[in-house]
Amino acid sequence: MPKFEAGTFDVIVVGAGHAGAEAALASARMGAKTLVLTMNLDMIAFMPCNPSIGGPAKGIVVREIDALGGAMGRVIDKTHIQMRMLNTAKGPAVRALRAQADKVLYQQEMKRLMEDEDNLTLHQGVVEKLIVEDGTVKGLETQAGGIYRAQSVVITTGTFLRGEIIIGDLRYSSGPNNQQPSIKLAENLEQLGFETVRFKTGTPPRVNSKSIDYSQTEIQPGDDVPRAFSFETTEFILDQLPCWLTYTTGKTHQIIDENLHLSPMYSGMAKGTGPRYCPSIEDKIVRFSDKPRHQIFLEPEGRNTSEVYVQGLSTSLPEHVQRQLLESIPGLEKAEMMRAGYAIEYDAIVPTQLWPTLESKQIVNLYTAGQINGTSGYEEAAGQGLMAGINAAAKVLGKEEVILSRSEAYIGVLIDDLVTKGTSEPYRLLTSRAEYRLLLRHDNADMRLTDLGYRIGMVKEDRYAKFLTKKDLIEEEIKRLRKMMIKPNEQTQQLIQEAGGSELKDGIRAADLLKRPEMTYDMIAQLTASEVELADEVKEQVEIHIKYEGYIEKSLQQVDKLKKMENKKIPEDIDYHAISGLATEARGKLAEVRPLSIAQASRISGVNPADISILLVYIEQGRIAKVSV
Amino acid sequence: MEFDTIAAISTPSGEGAIAIVRLSGPEAIGIADKLFRAPGGRPLASQPTHTIHYGHLEDPTTGEVAEEVMVSFMKGPKTFTREDVIEINCHGGIVSVNRVLQLVLQAGARLAEPGEFTKRAFLNGRIDLSQAEAVMDLIRAKTDRAMDVALGQMEGRLSKLISTLRQALLESIAQMEVNIDYPEYDDVEEMTRPMMLEKAEWVRAEIEKLLQTSSQGKILREGLSTVIVGRPNVGKSSLLNSLVHENKAIVTEIAGTTRDIIEEYVNVRGVPLRLVDTAGIRETEDIVERIGVERSRKVLKEADLILYVLNYSEALTAEDELLFEAVKDMNYIVVINKTDLPQGIDLEQVQQLAGSKRMVTTSLIEEEGIDQLEEAIAALFFEGEIEAGDMTYVSNARHISLLHQAHKTISDAIGAAEMDVPVDMIQIDVTRTWEILGEIIGDTADDGLLNQLFSQFCLGK
Ligand SMILES: Cc1cc2nc3c(=O)[nH]c(=O)nc-3n(C[C@H](O)[C@H](O)[C@H](O)COP(=O)(O)OP(=O)(O)OC[C@H]3O[C@@H](n4cnc5c(N)ncnc54)[C@H](O)[C@@H]3O)c2cc1C
Repeated sequence: MPKFEAGTFDVIVVGAGHAGAEAALASARMGAKTLVLTMNLDMIAFMPCNPSIGGPAKGIVVREIDALGGAMGRVIDKTHIQMRMLNTAKGPAVRALRAQADKVLYQQEMKRLMEDEDNLTLHQGVVEKLIVEDGTVKGLETQAGGIYRAQSVVITTGTFLRGEIIIGDLRYSSGPNNQQPSIKLAENLEQLGFETVRFKTGTPPRVNSKSIDYSQTEIQPGDDVPRAFSFETTEFILDQLPCWLTYTTGKTHQIIDENLHLSPMYSGMAKGTGPRYCPSIEDKIVRFSDKPRHQIFLEPEGRNTSEVYVQGLSTSLPEHVQRQLLESIPGLEKAEMMRAGYAIEYDAIVPTQLWPTLESKQIVNLYTAGQINGTSGYEEAAGQGLMAGINAAAKVLGKEEVILSRSEAYIGVLIDDLVTKGTSEPYRLLTSRAEYRLLLRHDNADMRLTDLGYRIGMVKEDRYAKFLTKKDLIEEEIKRLRKMMIKPNEQTQQLIQEAGGSELKDGIRAADLLKRPEMTYDMIAQLTASEVELADEVKEQVEIHIKYEGYIEKSLQQVDKLKKMENKKIPEDIDYHAISGLATEARGKLAEVRPLSIAQASRISGVNPADISILLVYIEQGRIAKVSV
Repeated sequence: MEFDTIAAISTPSGEGAIAIVRLSGPEAIGIADKLFRAPGGRPLASQPTHTIHYGHLEDPTTGEVAEEVMVSFMKGPKTFTREDVIEINCHGGIVSVNRVLQLVLQAGARLAEPGEFTKRAFLNGRIDLSQAEAVMDLIRAKTDRAMDVALGQMEGRLSKLISTLRQALLESIAQMEVNIDYPEYDDVEEMTRPMMLEKAEWVRAEIEKLLQTSSQGKILREGLSTVIVGRPNVGKSSLLNSLVHENKAIVTEIAGTTRDIIEEYVNVRGVPLRLVDTAGIRETEDIVERIGVERSRKVLKEADLILYVLNYSEALTAEDELLFEAVKDMNYIVVINKTDLPQGIDLEQVQQLAGSKRMVTTSLIEEEGIDQLEEAIAALFFEGEIEAGDMTYVSNARHISLLHQAHKTISDAIGAAEMDVPVDMIQIDVTRTWEILGEIIGDTADDGLLNQLFSQFCLGK
């Protein structure tokens, strides 16, 4: 194959899945001349599994991406078929949006956004090899012989690296959904010294909507109020499609029992590690054999297709068994299976080989993001893609690197977990992974991140101005309610009584009255004769701030402690093997992870407080030594 | 550099008539002033630096006078650590120092890690570079020892109880997390406020029980109260002397009681023993004769452990049998002494009377059998046969201070649950309680929750 010079860019992004799309858009938006090279331009931002975006923790990530100028929120706002707010009966910290996507429209919208972006070039091609000189990446080569040069490269190849699809005892080399796998690139990464692990994930069958008997299922409609992920969205889709709920039966379980020997997971055919939180139906039935039935959600894949995703039935049993399984489920007795479920195994790189910027430790200017880093999920991929894109561009443009902390964003939690602790299974975000989830709410993502987004050039002037106005209004209103006294007059007492509270004995500050569980902002506004009618999202902030002040305060104190430890930086050239006193295990782990701060060091498993003390002493010693020279 | 305020006992444990609890850090003076009452009422903060003051410590929660103390007050930077330093001098007994330490920890200080004062001295530039390595070795060595102790305690009943509490909390937390992360899954019961409340109240009651045993000071602070009994001349004082000799006793006169009951502390293989009435044994060899039958019965009754000494060379007497009767329901070990002499005792008869109780034979004069006796004591204690409590006193101040913190956070959770705060907010304090309890038993691994989540519930797509 003759080689040819195909162009020079600041940043090249390999892959245009959820990570790649965000990375490319971010890099271009930051001002870097960016190329995205992907295997198939029709598959941009393709969803190989469930047609949905958001949910607990993940939905908050989408909002964070949006606050930092990313695309996922804006795109799903335009292309969903249904949206719901989850956990509404719980506290504000755990509320989250989830949308059912129109899969195809989502892809088209993302592609259009990328095509419209200045500074961004799209090109179809299969990358086989990186060009690395003196430990620094300089560009790459494609299957067609194209040589592309760049200062930074971001790899976002998802589950493609040596992908293998498994259905029963059928096993073949393939990317997701029968796309071609990336074998050459996998080999190249291995040659370059990357350590990899073998992971596995799976997807359920899809059925034809026309063949479903919906009368035997329960309807699951979306919320009938306008909802959106993006803080920018002003047009809402109210014409929504429902999902449907049905259940497995004793018959389903019996079929699985009888055919378990055909399952690759149990026959020993599959070797990769799958995620515990996404078990296949056969896993669920084996591990929780006393459960009489499992939920099955039927989710339409879009407005212009009859394909329906059968959530809850992820499986890699042979195709004929999958048919029997469907037949055993109420509503699906006559279902026509359009695609069978399958499992896929793939290589992921061990993420402790990355800096918290997602740059590789061994190859300068090379970044990786998304499922290649051992995660699973569109939102996790998009969040990493955004950060890798920002950092790759920042480095080229000589701007500051951006590392989100655990107290700033779920994206910070995600990346810190990956690069500090690694992962032994495909990693998914859960709210319980965040120590400060009361601060990392879905409602305040803009408050947390817009400043940063503006500073690095991801958020533009007009949006920033709007944000500042909103912030001022919130602060003003909180101040007002803290000062204003409410008298225990008839109107007040009546309102409190109606809300089910106990009477006021004395006058009370409006803010203190709002702290009572039964009171809402709107009631207080009534009593305090507010002159301006505030927007809902302003009211929400005021209410949450005041009501949960005590808890927020406690979290902030913890964050202060964390910050002190984060500010204690560890010099990059530190030689852990030269520090006497460190336990052997700690020494090995520290040398592998190379934490940037004492805070990060203390999160590495196997590094105990005594090691941290020693490290502190050692660093301080170095500092003093330098000063005294 | 900015640090929090740390505290520790800075005199070697159990030695000397006076003990010192040292505080260092920005809050040292404030913390001391929360507790310290000078006769004139002047707070330390208003005193000139590097001065010493007489007064009392007052327990701010009860308002009770706790200890009579001398407090040295030194403002930084002219101190060992270059920070504000307070030194509280108190009576040398284990009881007093631990009480003082607990008070300062409750008032906001954090228990210093091994070597931490020295570390601060270094970090604040007080010690020169050449000493840095030494500091690190110190930290390493002390921590390793502390780890050994911690491991030893892992087997203990405290650790079992704490683990049970934690497991109960963890199950609720996991259930909550599942409700949050998988809101649509019907197989998980929704965690409600009353359920949370019930669990939290139970945990709080258990913590209170633990704190109570610690404030009664049964084993935790005072040691197992141990009485040596037996007829005259069986070798009680020899037994006492060997225990004391082997284990370096600390003599304390008990305030408020007659001077004639003297206690000595010994540490037998990690078990703290408080040997009661040692003076009595030394003087007259006979507690009954000296303090009367009634009082000796009382002393016996209050004892956690009785060492009942018999004479190997003589047959059992009626008095011996009476004593067997008196100690019947108690924890005792039969010590058959004087095996250097020809046998006169009917061992089978002793066996019958002692039932399942432990027996050891010794010749204290020949220094034989002491090891076996010590082993028997340790076994009795660590195998949980002694009821009085189950915490060793080695790091008790840390345990108590953590238990107080756990008590506070679980009480916050209960308060919130009663106030109709959303469950996931209440959970913040429940989780914190779980973490603090974990610190007591040294279990802070953070994947516990995820493991619980995925093994307890059936989740997935
Ligand atoms: C079968 C299956 C089931 C899944 N189940 C779940 C689930 O239940 N829950 C969940 O959260 N997540 C699930 N996922 C994961 C989710 O789809 C991914 O985490 C997410 O799509 C990853 O995004 P990404 O951008 O990292 O990779 P992808 O979206 O896979 O994108 C990779 C991109 O790289 C391109 N590419 C690959 N190799 C090359 C090359 N050599 N040259 C050029 N371009 C290349 C591809 O064309 C593609 O555009 C599943 C995925 C699969 C395949």
